[in-house]
Amino acid sequence: MIKRIQSLGANTLDVVHKIGRAGVMIFRTLVRVPRPVKAFPLLIQQLYSVGVLSLIIIIVSGGFIGMVVALQGYNTLVQFGATSELGPLLALSVVRELGPVVTGLLFAGRAGSALTAEIGLMKATEQLDSMEMIGVDPLWRVISPRFWAGVICMPLLAIIFIAVAILGGYVVGVDWLGVDSGTFWSSMQSSVSFHTDLLNGIIKSVVFGVVVSWIAVYQGFDCYPTAEGIGRATTRTVVYSSLAILGLDFVLTAMMMGGW
Amino acid sequence: MGRKSIEFAVGVFVILAVLAFVMLTFKVSGLTDYVSSGGYDLSADFNNIGGLKNNAPVSVGGVKVGQVTDITLDPTTFQAKVSIHMNSDNTKLPVDTSARILTQGLLGANYIGLSPGGMPQNFKNGDQIQTTYSALVLENLISQYLFSTSNKKSGSQS
Repeated sequence: MIKRIQSLGANTLDVVHKIGRAGVMIFRTLVRVPRPVKAFPLLIQQLYSVGVLSLIIIIVSGGFIGMVVALQGYNTLVQFGATSELGPLLALSVVRELGPVVTGLLFAGRAGSALTAEIGLMKATEQLDSMEMIGVDPLWRVISPRFWAGVICMPLLAIIFIAVAILGGYVVGVDWLGVDSGTFWSSMQSSVSFHTDLLNGIIKSVVFGVVVSWIAVYQGFDCYPTAEGIGRATTRTVVYSSLAILGLDFVLTAMMMGGW
Repeated sequence: MGRKSIEFAVGVFVILAVLAFVMLTFKVSGLTDYVSSGGYDLSADFNNIGGLKNNAPVSVGGVKVGQVTDITLDPTTFQAKVSIHMNSDNTKLPVDTSARILTQGLLGANYIGLSPGGMPQNFKNGDQIQTTYSALVLENLISQYLFSTSNKKSGSQS
């Protein structure tokens, strides 16, 4: 019994300790003298491996999500003779919720896990230590470009996801199920607002980008430097990121609905 | 993969995202209505606007000519003040035009239908539409029918 209480206390202290380490790491990564000329090529390289390589999965899943939402929505709306509302249904659900959230989950699985594994392997093969030896700060050289690439790519990917999903829904709704094209777009335009829907969706995706990138680089930086440790860190990245995205999505939605 | 082709791929990615954003802005959220210059503003006071919302269409004879930009409550008369933006300067309406809140279909959204009058003068920017008809509130109609009282409040002049 005493043992259990002891381990509970130890675990709690461990969690607090890790949160503190993550905070210190991100603080030391972000708060420093910027060196844009040297950092830019590093950032481009990471934008490629984080953003461009995630593009295929984002576009394909965006298309299918749009198509399935249109199909499901049509089958329900047709019972009320309200198929003209298919456009708003598709656009609102994709712009407000599905776009940022699904992109975040895919991003955590595709890019977050890759970031963790890459940094973890660097740590296991002592590349990070060697950098420190020769006077290059690994936080600047390795962590910072990866973190920023994640933060930049996530909203861009979410925007592409939303656009592709709406086009996919258009193909199913208009070309296949026979909703009128003009009604589809005009009812969508009259019910989707730039400010409260589109911008809020993008704000969500920026928040998710920060959270996923932070978790991914921290888990890689802090992993136990063995093959097993890297594997476990990668799993933790995906699990924590997914939970954080879903939880934060609720909080952000509640704040935005409350007219924040 | 060479450095040049990586930069090229990142460039394509960013351009793709910008194009998607432009498409979302104009095609999905219909921001073009605000950006387009020209047109003029009108306002109208209604006793009851029912379910009218911002951005609801304003039409003449079924043709969309503008949209609702703002809805506020007049603190002294307790009427709903609806601001309307007409998209084109060419839709000149006589000053005795009346505004009516209508519903698209049985369960559809509310919109404002304008019926032009016959006066020679036209509305100018900032004018107020004098003759307005409130939204048809189903509950009022039913209670009117049930109690057969001539309740002047619903569906009459403002």
